[in-house]
Amino acid sequence: MLISLFVACYNDTLFPDTGKAVVTVLERLGHTVEFREAQTCCGQMHYNTGYRPEAIAVMKHFVETFRDAQIICVPSSSCVSMMREHYPKMAKDAGLETEIEELLPRVYEFSELLVDKFGITDVGASYPHTVTMHTSCHSIRSLHIGDKPERLLKAVQGLNLVKLPAADQCCGFGGTFAIKNAEVSSAMLDEKIKAITSTGASICTAGDNSCLMHIGGGLSRQDTGVTCIHLAEILAAREVSVQ
Amino acid sequence: MSVRVGEAAEAPDFRQAAHALLANKQVRANVRRATETIRNKRANVVGEMPDWEQLRDAGRAIKRRVMRNLDSHLEQFEAACTRAGGQVHWARDADEGNRIVTQIIQSHGQKEIIKVKTMTSDETQLNPHLEANGIIPWETDLADLIIQLGHDKPSHIVVPALHKNKTEIRTLFMEKMGLKELGTKPEDLTAAARAYLRERFLRVKVGYSGANFAVAETGSVCVVESEGNGRMCVTLPEIMITMVGIEKIVPSFDDLEVFLQLLPRSATGERMNPYNSIWTGVTPGDGPKEFHVILLDNGRTKVLADEESRETLHCIRCAACLNVCPVYRQTGGHAYGSIYSGPIGAILTPQLQSMEHSQSLPYASSLCGACYDVCPVKINIPEILIHLRTRIVENGDRGAAERIGMRMAAYTMSDAGRFSGAQKLVKIGAKPLESLGLPGWSASRDLPAIPKESFRDWWKKRQVEKNKA
Repeated sequence: MLISLFVACYNDTLFPDTGKAVVTVLERLGHTVEFREAQTCCGQMHYNTGYRPEAIAVMKHFVETFRDAQIICVPSSSCVSMMREHYPKMAKDAGLETEIEELLPRVYEFSELLVDKFGITDVGASYPHTVTMHTSCHSIRSLHIGDKPERLLKAVQGLNLVKLPAADQCCGFGGTFAIKNAEVSSAMLDEKIKAITSTGASICTAGDNSCLMHIGGGLSRQDTGVTCIHLAEILAAREVSVQ
Repeated sequence: MSVRVGEAAEAPDFRQAAHALLANKQVRANVRRATETIRNKRANVVGEMPDWEQLRDAGRAIKRRVMRNLDSHLEQFEAACTRAGGQVHWARDADEGNRIVTQIIQSHGQKEIIKVKTMTSDETQLNPHLEANGIIPWETDLADLIIQLGHDKPSHIVVPALHKNKTEIRTLFMEKMGLKELGTKPEDLTAAARAYLRERFLRVKVGYSGANFAVAETGSVCVVESEGNGRMCVTLPEIMITMVGIEKIVPSFDDLEVFLQLLPRSATGERMNPYNSIWTGVTPGDGPKEFHVILLDNGRTKVLADEESRETLHCIRCAACLNVCPVYRQTGGHAYGSIYSGPIGAILTPQLQSMEHSQSLPYASSLCGACYDVCPVKINIPEILIHLRTRIVENGDRGAAERIGMRMAAYTMSDAGRFSGAQKLVKIGAKPLESLGLPGWSASRDLPAIPKESFRDWWKKRQVEKNKA
């Protein structure tokens, strides 16, 4: 299948390895990946901060770029959540109701694409580490992604998946919230870090690099020795155990 | 018109208030313990209901119907209540509501009232108004009594003294009730409150309450509480006054069936609420001889007029959203500067007050959506928070710097060439993101290093190599 990658602006700029990992996994599964270079952003930061007309301009650009794409893969549940929850309403203001209605069913979050569309949980990865999974708010409460990421992780060779306590509690990122209310955001993060370190995992993963940038920043600052890595990068890995 | 939500107009903004509260370890521990207990109880009793989602849908449908026809429901209520011997008053704002209450009390030459279960009176600041007019208001709900005795402020919608622990309450009671000895068990504390209140229940001639529901069809008023003190307040006095927000109307008596299931399970994690008092007008020889209802607007019609956020008025004050909120969990309710705290407070207070003094509240959320998940009437709180942020931006209240920044970002983001150029600018300096203006971030979080190559640059190179091969 031809899969069009919408990598997300922050992955493009700050976490290119996640995009590369998506390409690796999809090609390993025998698919062809295209990257439409006209792509930019979903508009979430603008929309959530109250800049609706600006967000609509960005949405229009997304529609123009992906209008004829058959399958769009997005390694970020918060971007997909932005599209599913808010694009239909914004489309009314932009006169793009039909376009959005036709486009949205072709947008898949990365783990949705693998599990729902392809019906696959074992992608042939090997990653001999103890890993805990941060279930981002957008993935569980907006996309209702359930245990799809966990099922993918359980099929990874050598991976020891440990449950994160209070996994449904927000990590405190929340986009501009992390800056506008930095102290409360950090207090929320402290609780998340305590939960992560209590698991004994050396790796914390998620389907959203936005949460992971915040969590990873705290884990690093507190010198916990735990590192963050996007789900796609684990699924792309073919590490051999040193033992 | 003077729309007032407690003392919210004078409250510091959320960020400032949160700063002080985050340092209070005792309050934070109390809040965490209490909210965890309630949220677990709620999860258990909601989980056992096979038709919980249908009940939520029913609650939402009834509330939507109420809001669409609020004017006629209110008139229907007035007619039914009057027929049953009640007297109905209309108050446009807090001052008018307070004046009506005072006039009723003074017309009977009374100097004291016993009060129960009323957030609207906190909203209108009835107590200071009464005190200024020489009338003593006695709070009889245990938690409200704790707040009143301690000259404190409520920090939770259902459990107003949630920020206080047992030891703190014991010390307060001993001091304010003049007790030389008092046990340490919860039963000892409630026994002290009982002795203190009972004397007042039997003496005071005017009772005052809020209302959880007002039934248009019958003119009935419903108060839901856990202690029985409310039952005393609405049955023992000679004169009864109820002030109720106009959104508390339900069309018919049967509708209570839905809400009296939704409310206790969501609020306290109980299958059925202990005391459900419903009364209609006056009955000779039974209960109060005179019954007044004050229908309070105080900004509610303004909320009603905005279709995008109208469902804020659906709230049945169960506080389930507070108990699951990760932000409330850190700060407690006082950070919201209003009796309406937590996620619902963050959308209700700024709408009632036109956001004059509460612009920071719609930003006091990470938009995690936990509130929407538990709301018994499915208020889409995250969506309304965003809507209110949009209104603040439209009013130009976020300042020029942010607006220009956001416009520039949108300009950049709607063209790949411009976006790619911006990526290069970031890289040229290879500076940490901090220098791009992220104050606050670095206090607790390290920043990721900016990669040498963006994804799109990597992709381009890869395509070139592929084409060569």
